[in-house]
Amino acid sequence: MLGLSILSIGLMVVDHLSNILDDARAGLSVLVTPVVVIADYPNKTAEVFREVFSSREEMQTRIIDLDQELLLLKVKTQEMAALRAENNRLRDLLGSAAKIQDNVLVGELIGVDPDPKRHEVVIDKGLNHNVFVGQPVLDAQGLMGQVIEVSLFTSRVLLISDESHSVPVQVVRSNLRLIARGTGVSHQLELRHLQNTADIRPGDFLVSSGLGDRFPIGYPVGTVNKVEHDPGKPFATATATPSAQLNRTRHVLLVFNEEKLDTIDAGDGSSG
Amino acid sequence: MLVMAAVAEIRSNGLWVIVASFIIAMLFSVVALPDSIPWELGYLRPQWVVLVLIYWIIALPHRIGIVVAWLVGLLLDVLLGSLLGQHGMAFIVVAYIASSLYQRLRMFAVWQQSLIVFATVGLSQMINFWVENLAGLSEWDMWYLVSAFISALLWPWVFMVLRYLRRVFNVT
Repeated sequence: MLGLSILSIGLMVVDHLSNILDDARAGLSVLVTPVVVIADYPNKTAEVFREVFSSREEMQTRIIDLDQELLLLKVKTQEMAALRAENNRLRDLLGSAAKIQDNVLVGELIGVDPDPKRHEVVIDKGLNHNVFVGQPVLDAQGLMGQVIEVSLFTSRVLLISDESHSVPVQVVRSNLRLIARGTGVSHQLELRHLQNTADIRPGDFLVSSGLGDRFPIGYPVGTVNKVEHDPGKPFATATATPSAQLNRTRHVLLVFNEEKLDTIDAGDGSSG
Repeated sequence: MLVMAAVAEIRSNGLWVIVASFIIAMLFSVVALPDSIPWELGYLRPQWVVLVLIYWIIALPHRIGIVVAWLVGLLLDVLLGSLLGQHGMAFIVVAYIASSLYQRLRMFAVWQQSLIVFATVGLSQMINFWVENLAGLSEWDMWYLVSAFISALLWPWVFMVLRYLRRVFNVT
């Protein structure tokens, strides 16, 4: 018993302080992957049932709605292509690097951390799809989080609403740079160290600022919903609502930055 | 001949029932709650794996002991993404208590067993909390003990179901 206890403590310390156990963990994860997959079945079946038992009319209206949405999005994409070309030309003129177009991979959420205090989810793509630790994860509306653990078939994503997570953001209107920290509540982010004179107000739109080299620049993060100036305190406080639907999305997008892919393909020899 | 006999014995004494019960307990501990119910209810989730572990230790102390408990804990760590060894550590303590008290626990009425289960699950939750706290991952919350309380309430049913399975499949 004593031996195993010491072994456990040793493992915990090593696991906490370094990442040399990550491979062992990834290996063991393969053993428990079936459990995660089976645990997802009730949800999956519920979804299938909803589709099977929805009426013909409901389906038709849904198809019409989707068609209209698709049309709208197509129009927007056309504008976007022109804008992107123009943006890259202007960046060329300014002498700054052209914005790289990001590749995405669609993943499906197959598990949610049972501890309500930890905002982590498990998705069904892992090393077999070149997912890497630190990879940004989006949903259709905005930034969701980042990959913190990869095993062969699954990976674990830390959401931006987790208390231990922070994301560098920028206010679109005033270009003010801030840090948005998770609060442990899935519909709230906290903006820290906000100067009392900072140009920010409710309704401001926040996008990722690209600082910190973790998240790509310009993805929607949230909308400021409250700014409080307390004269007795050195900093004002503000909260924001995340754009991503953190607790109800089932499909997520994993972002592959092309630069990153190149460095992975080239191995460790090339410098970034 | 001896080897054949040993293989036959392993087959006949229902190892798969034990393995299956642990897998189902793990399923119950990760299965996602529907979006329609409030997320706070997640705190009420009982510690299924600890309950199953305690049962098998009381029922089969010669087969299920500290080493099995540690291995199950390690798998649970991987499943839940906690620090490797955290649940292992907690389960060693559970297994130690259960295996030193198994003769007494067998004589107890089910509600008395529930009290011991509450104390044991509570202790394992405390160990989990200490580890997470030292690693800077969580703050103290009374919900840890609520989960132990729910586990104790569920113990009689877990006990009856597992005892039924053990008798039907003749697990010895």
